[in-house]
Amino acid sequence: MSETVKLYKSNQPLLMQGNEACGWGALAAGCRFFAGYPITPSTEIAELLARNLPRVGGYFIQMEDEIASIAAIIGASVAGSKSMTATSGPGYSLMQENLGYAYMAEVPIVVVNVQRGGPSTGLPTKVSQADTMQAKWGTHGDYYPIVLAPSSVKECFDMTIKAFNMAEQYRVPVTVLTDEVLGHMREIVILPEPSAVKVLNRPRPVDPPEWYKHFEITPDYLSPMASFGEGYRFHLTGLTHDESGFPTAKPNEIKAKLDKLKLKITRHREQITEIRSDMMEDAHIMVFAYGSTARAARQAIRMARKKRFKVGMVQPYTIWPFPDDKIAPLLENVDTVVVPELNQGQIIGEIERLSRRHVKVVPLQRYDGELITPSQIVDVIKEEHA
Amino acid sequence: MEQQSNITHKYLRPKKKFPNVWCPGCGIGIAMGAMIRAIDGLGLQKDDVAIVSGIGCTARIPVYLDFNTLHTTHGRPIAFATGVKLANPKLKVIVVSGDGDLLAIGGNHFIHAARRNMDITVILVNNYIYGMTGGQYSPTTPVTKLASTAPYGMIEQSFDPAALAKASGATFVARGTVYHATQLSRLMAQAIERPGFSLVEVISNCHTQYGRMNREGSAVKMILWQKEHAVPATVASKMTPEQLEGKFVIGVLHEAQKPGYVEEYQKIIDRFRAADEEKLGEVVVSG
Repeated sequence: MSETVKLYKSNQPLLMQGNEACGWGALAAGCRFFAGYPITPSTEIAELLARNLPRVGGYFIQMEDEIASIAAIIGASVAGSKSMTATSGPGYSLMQENLGYAYMAEVPIVVVNVQRGGPSTGLPTKVSQADTMQAKWGTHGDYYPIVLAPSSVKECFDMTIKAFNMAEQYRVPVTVLTDEVLGHMREIVILPEPSAVKVLNRPRPVDPPEWYKHFEITPDYLSPMASFGEGYRFHLTGLTHDESGFPTAKPNEIKAKLDKLKLKITRHREQITEIRSDMMEDAHIMVFAYGSTARAARQAIRMARKKRFKVGMVQPYTIWPFPDDKIAPLLENVDTVVVPELNQGQIIGEIERLSRRHVKVVPLQRYDGELITPSQIVDVIKEEHA
Repeated sequence: MEQQSNITHKYLRPKKKFPNVWCPGCGIGIAMGAMIRAIDGLGLQKDDVAIVSGIGCTARIPVYLDFNTLHTTHGRPIAFATGVKLANPKLKVIVVSGDGDLLAIGGNHFIHAARRNMDITVILVNNYIYGMTGGQYSPTTPVTKLASTAPYGMIEQSFDPAALAKASGATFVARGTVYHATQLSRLMAQAIERPGFSLVEVISNCHTQYGRMNREGSAVKMILWQKEHAVPATVASKMTPEQLEGKFVIGVLHEAQKPGYVEEYQKIIDRFRAADEEKLGEVVVSG
């Protein structure tokens, strides 16, 4: 029945916000549970899902805080619903402990963080990219997050779907890291029919319940996942556990668990990571930019090419895991990398690590609540070209 | 006794983590047994029950039980349980945790789940102390009592969990003790059977921490204290406040008829099912 519901007008131009695109993307990906707490600049996502989830037989609930919101979506995912929450910096901070639970218990969930300025209450209505490192290191312990960074309204739609697909495939929380500008900006988009969207679901167990291990260590480190109520009656805990899910203090089982959390991501880095490169064939200067900053960077390289500067651009759509293997070869052929970011220098550390000091890495950082402009980037290119 | 053990054994995971983590004489095992017999008495299938807990001694209950079990983060089991229930409303969702977990760090979730009349049962084992971490005071530690973090006596006023639940909107509130195990099981069954938010507060003993620091004696002595100080609700209604001084009331303390959250949300879903979907789609997109 839910398949017959017309979610949005497909295959025709629609004017919409990035936040709305995240909401429609979630529904197209099969999201049937959303729990959230109002916070600027993410709230439109919750509002759209409050209106539309009951239409497809799904549940929306506004919880008492962000801690409860992420707890509820983990619970819903364990019981079989594709689940999401959306928030911004302060809420993302509150979610960190339970995000760690989802890494440990290998529960697929999607979290959209529409970034605003920080730290603390910061700049509720202004843009930043200052949660880039929090998205990697926010909760305690060793774990391997997947974080996606769209740069347009259409990409907000596509990457929310991709986030659900990867969450299900790798049984891991996936963060979609957008920002205030992307969230509130309106663009014309043409969305596909939901039935034409590629949707992946969690691998299901084929073994009978007596044989089932909820955290079975398989050759590719990905385990099938049963839901509550299906006869498998497994145990989930945030305590370090064995393959069956029961707490363990045995060194070999502890190590096997932590290795699994790592290897299920690092062994699939090639499939998980995605970058886009423009005009890099003959470039001496690379502009490395993600999220809304990538929009200014794309305009900047066009302007710089008109001035005959040999400059190209690389944009990571996956920022964690960092696409080392895709970016390192591109660094070989350039002398300089310009890294514009809306923070005091976060992703630049990854470029410095990969360049191993053979390439000059030039920061361009803005953290006054405003966007970096194309001409600011062109100015830096000019300086480096001279 | 033998018959009761047989029932209990049917629902345990024998090859998993026994022996258990609890101190000999702990009341949590009695509360767990009462819960199992309540579920068995209701004829629920193991697959249709989810047990959700937070952190602490009581929160270790799920690992031993052959249901769908979820041992969550400190204070958050009610929020996790809310998601479980809404993703699969057919499941009977039971939260079992302690006074520290549910009323201190998890207090906000407790009152809000009660307010929205979420269809879950909360079994709150109240032993007046943080047992697992070594005897720190909890929101239910009585005034003047000692705890490792109240070495000069508790000066904070304590929560009455049942009154808190009632004031927050719970539609079934009961209190039992681990001494009155048969009645406890009956109260739990009543709570689990009902839609909406139900609470069963279980007065239990922590002789290892609370009893030791407050010189209340052995497990047996502490459980006998429950027998001597508990007053059935039916009797209490005929007693004066002076007569009830120093006692506590057990039995069903509050009942109200209100639709549960799931039933109310289902009405919204049904409204859409009945309407012309095409039309609604267009309204929503342009709106």
